[in-house]
Amino acid sequence: MIAELGHFALVLALMVALVQSIVPMVGAARNDVRLMEMASPAATVQLLLVAAAFGALTYSYVISDFSVLNVVQNSHSLKPMLYKISGVWGNHEGSLLLWVLILALYGGLVALFGGNLPPTLKARVLAVQAIVAGGFLAFMLLTSNPFARVFPPPMDGNDLNPLLQDPGLAFHPPMLYAGYVGLSTAFSFAVAALIEGKVDAAWARWVRPWTLAAWIFLTAGIALGSWWAYYELGWGGFWFWDPVENASFMPWLVATALLHSAIVVEKRDTLKSWTILLAIVGFSLSLIGTFLVRSGVLTSVHAFASDPERGMFILLLLVIAIGGSLLLFAWRAPAMQAGGLFQPVSREGGLILNNLLMSVAAAVVLIGTLFPLMVDAFDLPKISVGAPYFNIVFVPLMVPLIIVAGIGPLLAWKRGDLKGALARLKYAALATVILTAAALWLAWGYSIGSFLGIALAAWLGTATLTEFFGRIGLGRMPPGNSLRRAARLPRAAWGMTVTHIGLAVTIAGITGASLWRTEAIQVMRPGETVEVAGYEFEFATVENLRGPNYFIERGTYIVRHDGELYTILAPEKRRYMVQQRETTEAAIFTTPMKDLYAVLGDKAADGGWVTRIYHSPLVPWMWIGSLLMIVGGTLSLSDRRLRVGAPSRRRAAPAAAATEPAGAE
Amino acid sequence: MRRLTFILPLVIFAGFVGATGWYIIEIQRDSQRAPNIINAGEQNKPVPEFDLPPLMDGIPGFATGDFGSQVVMVNVFASWCIPCRAEHPLITRIGEDGIVPVWGINYKNKREEAIAWLEDLGNSYERIGFDLSGRVGIEWGVYGVPETFLVDRNGRIRYKHVGPLTRSDLNETILPMIECLNTTPQVTECLSGS
Repeated sequence: MIAELGHFALVLALMVALVQSIVPMVGAARNDVRLMEMASPAATVQLLLVAAAFGALTYSYVISDFSVLNVVQNSHSLKPMLYKISGVWGNHEGSLLLWVLILALYGGLVALFGGNLPPTLKARVLAVQAIVAGGFLAFMLLTSNPFARVFPPPMDGNDLNPLLQDPGLAFHPPMLYAGYVGLSTAFSFAVAALIEGKVDAAWARWVRPWTLAAWIFLTAGIALGSWWAYYELGWGGFWFWDPVENASFMPWLVATALLHSAIVVEKRDTLKSWTILLAIVGFSLSLIGTFLVRSGVLTSVHAFASDPERGMFILLLLVIAIGGSLLLFAWRAPAMQAGGLFQPVSREGGLILNNLLMSVAAAVVLIGTLFPLMVDAFDLPKISVGAPYFNIVFVPLMVPLIIVAGIGPLLAWKRGDLKGALARLKYAALATVILTAAALWLAWGYSIGSFLGIALAAWLGTATLTEFFGRIGLGRMPPGNSLRRAARLPRAAWGMTVTHIGLAVTIAGITGASLWRTEAIQVMRPGETVEVAGYEFEFATVENLRGPNYFIERGTYIVRHDGELYTILAPEKRRYMVQQRETTEAAIFTTPMKDLYAVLGDKAADGGWVTRIYHSPLVPWMWIGSLLMIVGGTLSLSDRRLRVGAPSRRRAAPAAAATEPAGAE
Repeated sequence: MRRLTFILPLVIFAGFVGATGWYIIEIQRDSQRAPNIINAGEQNKPVPEFDLPPLMDGIPGFATGDFGSQVVMVNVFASWCIPCRAEHPLITRIGEDGIVPVWGINYKNKREEAIAWLEDLGNSYERIGFDLSGRVGIEWGVYGVPETFLVDRNGRIRYKHVGPLTRSDLNETILPMIECLNTTPQVTECLSGS
């Protein structure tokens, strides 16, 4: 009954989406206010309907209703509640439903907070959103109904893939989807602007918060996924250039570029068609990412059950959404007026360089991801593309990007003074040299690349601080004044500083974690000791325990440093009863400068166990850096000029005060 | 000229759609011909000419001449390949249970990493060929790992599975196929039947 209600709500949502995609669009073309005003309530109703459907599916999972096929395939009555709920989106149909829910949520938010948008723009934005939502609802209803029943219902379910039964992964998909789908709002704004034929500073200001929100979620989603891969896969690695990881990374790169180019549109009223194109490409890459995972075109660990029929349907959706918007772009964008002129050495110039490098990086990742496909389509010689390819082409693109990210904020708009900026950065350069020298001294003998990474991180960090200190006048005026200046700085300026420092910290973390790692893989019997990077790991015992829906084999390592007890690590191996799959639960001891990471492998023939131990310097920096980027993004999002109605209120307040002195406060 | 640059993104996208659309149709056509054979080119051909050295002491490598007397499963794996980890317990089980001899091609992998991986995860390969350059893999038509082939008693490749092998792939396709290849004199009948 509940499942049928969910199904019915989805059908209704599709109907509403159809209305919402046509009526406001017609209204905007005819300038008919009544038709345009249809958009907001339609978006709200659509949100309620999709939320009802999502609630119905979640309910089926919570009560373990095994007459619903989706629940049978992905749940089990013994599963902990958290994973019953996260199981809702741990599969193809349910994740699509979550996707559509988030899309409807963004639509609802635009309807709610879009009061200060010009009515035609708002109507068109919501209509474009509804077209996207309609496509996905139709896809779900026609090929992937999450509410399909099964008769006779089985006694119990097949359980969720145990790798996915993990708190990190319970929240990773919603974050990532919030990011992917958030870009749909920027996309809708871009398409609406193309239809309107007008892009100005105000447009950029409206697009920026949505892009920022999407970017924050993408950052969080990618960081969570990477964290999960790190502690759950048990190999000490955190990024594998897997097609699905790439699918989330490409929109992130483009969203980053979009954030920066939107600044140029807002401040200088130029780069418009490029910004529009980025908004379209960003969401297109999200769609292609979804497409790659679900069509069976590329196989990967993440791949949900794939099906060529679905592939064709998604391809059709892509053609309509991406092809349509690019066609519109080719038709309307050339008419956009370019605004302010600028010299190559200027803030704009720096941002353009950022854009170019980010876009090329995204293209390079896309090519690498699709390469197996192209090999097949064009009968090229068969070369495999893996991590080495990405490292070789991606890293060189990041080097100039980071160097420029340090200098760019110090350049003025229109025409920058490169010499002056570099002169101001002399202390940053000095600090970079000192920090790199310190790293060389501490980690002598490791690859040159690792010191390059540290140098880049140090450069970006110190250059960002230089810019910040310059802005608050530190050293030029009494500290109290500087402090007051810092407090009055716009939140967006704080956001930029914190995010760039977060990036620097992340780069240092990635460098340490990938290039300074020590590992020891061996067979050990209980009682034996192995030394890794100055820490002695005694493999003490192995015991057998039982979890709610799995058996546990737990190994205990006693770790000593300089002869004294340092910590105890207890990694586990879990065998899930229903799916008969094993997962590794690495034991990780984190300190600010490094992680000690131990894994219990399989039993060897001679009574020993295979043990894997890693010493990974700077791993926590990756997570802290990501967190800083998220905090920075959030600070920037809370900037006054982006807050809904804030700019207009400032303008409106004196007028209101003049006419209604009594009611002003 | 300026207009052309604005059309460029559309043109690139059209190329993408063309390639993937063609690809999906190809998958569909192949899946109708015989399930899960994505790259049908290699199917029904004799195994290519090659000679792979052993990966480690005690387990021999193999060459073209070693095929031909029995049905053999050839599994292409590498320690850097995450889906290989996922399917490895099942592959090991097939070998241990003696359902069919399983021979491994260790593809583009450092020797010591591959050995450590096998020590860690278990090893029931009867033979393992060491293909560091990936040259032999290319001859076999490997374009991603893991891939699993079935070679019949006449040394012809009869089946290719791309991606990790699951229990249901094994039960629904591979086992009936092995059964058929073992018992039917006219092996071409095995393709349509399964």
